[in-house]
Amino acid sequence: MWNRLLSHDLPRSRALAVALVLVLVLLALQPFVLPGAKALNVAAKMLVFVLLVASYDLLLGYTGIVSFAHTMFFGIGAYGVAIGCTRGAGDEGVAWSAVLIGLGVALLLSLALSLVIGLFSLRVKAIFYAMITLAVAAAFQTLASQLSELTGGEDGLSFKAPAWLSPSFEPFETPVFGLMIDGKVVAYYGLFVVVALSFLALLRIVNSPFGRVLQAIRENDFRAEAIGYRTVVYRTLSNVIAAGFATLAGGLLALWLRYTGPETTLSFEVMLDVLLIVVIGGMGTLYGAVIGTVLFVFVQNYLQDALKWLGGEGGWFAGVPLLQPLVSPDRWLLWLGVGFVLCVYYFPSGVVGRLRASGISKRSTRGETS
Amino acid sequence: MWRCCRSGDRKRAAMPAVTATTASAGAAVPRRRPDVRPLVLTAALALAAWPLVGSGSTWLTLTIAGLAMGLIIFIVASGLTLVFGLMDVLNFGHGVFIACGAFVATSVMAGMAGWTGSASAWQNLGAVFAAMLAAMAVAGALGWAFERVVVRPVYGQHLKQILITMGGMIIGEELIKVVWGPAQIPLPLPPALQGAVFVGDAAIEIYRLFAVVIGLVVFAALAWTLNRTKLGLLVRAGVQDREMVEALGYRIKRLFVGVFVAGSALAGLGGVLWGLYQQGVVPQIGAQVNTLIFIVIIIGGLGSTLGCFVGAVLVGLMANYTGFLAPKVALFSNIGLMVAVLLWRPQGLYPVSRR
Repeated sequence: MWNRLLSHDLPRSRALAVALVLVLVLLALQPFVLPGAKALNVAAKMLVFVLLVASYDLLLGYTGIVSFAHTMFFGIGAYGVAIGCTRGAGDEGVAWSAVLIGLGVALLLSLALSLVIGLFSLRVKAIFYAMITLAVAAAFQTLASQLSELTGGEDGLSFKAPAWLSPSFEPFETPVFGLMIDGKVVAYYGLFVVVALSFLALLRIVNSPFGRVLQAIRENDFRAEAIGYRTVVYRTLSNVIAAGFATLAGGLLALWLRYTGPETTLSFEVMLDVLLIVVIGGMGTLYGAVIGTVLFVFVQNYLQDALKWLGGEGGWFAGVPLLQPLVSPDRWLLWLGVGFVLCVYYFPSGVVGRLRASGISKRSTRGETS
Repeated sequence: MWRCCRSGDRKRAAMPAVTATTASAGAAVPRRRPDVRPLVLTAALALAAWPLVGSGSTWLTLTIAGLAMGLIIFIVASGLTLVFGLMDVLNFGHGVFIACGAFVATSVMAGMAGWTGSASAWQNLGAVFAAMLAAMAVAGALGWAFERVVVRPVYGQHLKQILITMGGMIIGEELIKVVWGPAQIPLPLPPALQGAVFVGDAAIEIYRLFAVVIGLVVFAALAWTLNRTKLGLLVRAGVQDREMVEALGYRIKRLFVGVFVAGSALAGLGGVLWGLYQQGVVPQIGAQVNTLIFIVIIIGGLGSTLGCFVGAVLVGLMANYTGFLAPKVALFSNIGLMVAVLLWRPQGLYPVSRR
């Protein structure tokens, strides 16, 4: 059953399997294990990023396309839901239909846009595409902040989510397993289910014959074309699918935060985060998205603490003139950047690829001795 | 459609710079006629804007402003396009050199406060030129290190190049924050460059004229080096066919390091000009300008210096005209221009067709 569920793409490494199960269990039981608004927020953000990063991996890891416009689709989804909820708010709060209409319009827009960008620029080389998407994403961010009557400009949009997801919604009179179920918990589990299903769908896509062709294009596009695959069509399709899932992730984030703004969805920083996560987690394997996201969020939250201990007030290097600014807690991104560069040099397949490789080498040596 | 015109482009694109500037040099070698249509287009754009703007003096002001902006962008982008043309390396971390140059300039100018604040124009200019030289030196040195550490291990691997140079940009930006702090640092113009001169009714800011002059000097120096020196000959030959130049016994790698350093130094110079233009610098300046220079080198044709020049001027003019005529549209003028140019010539204005 697992085999079918995971589309025959098993972790293939004991350590990786353990880590994945651990992440799955922790995320599934999060509201019960670690109650509290902040922990729940962190977990929800992880879920959204798993989906966003997995969809980006379809592009970068499986097809070998570098796009800097992925957050644009993420933002379209978030703004779609936000605008739908703002406009569709009636007397009895926000109807689900408003959310769905917003998300639907956003999906259509994303698909059309990704199709156009893909057909327009995927004919040329990877580098060209990277630059064009960079420009398009920047223009879109400007557009979003300019259309302030629709998008709320730089301030973004705060809106009411449907009643079921609001904190005041409490379906049960008594606590369940010691936790009072409220709208936030309902929203969390909704998020969990949607992300899990989408992740499985993405696994299905990359392990289908279609996904195989994408990998062939990544390895050698000239050869793939020679075999008879229209690489432009496949690349564009991959682009469109990735954009669709990114839009969904954006919609989910907006529903969770009940807020959408340029900083949280469209900014270049988000794009860099996604890039870092994909590369550190492992390009070309969707499990990398899970592992990478968890690592990244942990690092984001705890590297700062570690640096505080090193370079903060009264830390190890406090007062050391050259070192102290280097290890100050605000410079956590510096060390993540160094890790990123080292990763590209020495572990191009990321954490997951590393784990799998060590698993394979162990297995093969065992096979020889027996 | 872009495939079928490739072979034709190859001949036409053979050294756009040489054909444009040495057409009259002599009849010994048969020369292709220079492709002047992009230049005509630029002039036509400027002329077409005249009736739209209405008054001649406003038009002059806008044109000078556009030229100044375009030439600053050209200075920044020229190194990037040469590096790409010569070694097929697209440096997403180019913005770091811009930011580095601008920040070095703030330190130098602050250190020479006596000169920047004095009433003597020569001392003012001296301080600015000292800042420029320091910025170029530091950015060049940084470029040398960047090439060594970051770019060299990933030659020929596009995907890794993009990722690595992006990582280099993150690290560089953070290091700048370590040295100069994350806040904005003002970079005021010295008194001699403040204010405006009047040509008829048109008010033209002195700094813009200054930027135009510097930009033209850099363009002339680049064109001269590329077209009239042996070094330039080798660089141009390398852009066309790297292996052939190597086979003739020249060390193209060393040449490339030189071009990379020179390009970084130019980016540093551009950073100073840009910072003075904005009158302040933030660590994110590199990422902001990056988008703009990518648009410019796409418009110009990746690897082409003349294309980069024309593209930069087009972008600068367009931004200023639309900024005056329809400010909301101006934010998207660059991207609109890029789409229009690519629809006309999918490989950019002056395609370097080896790729």
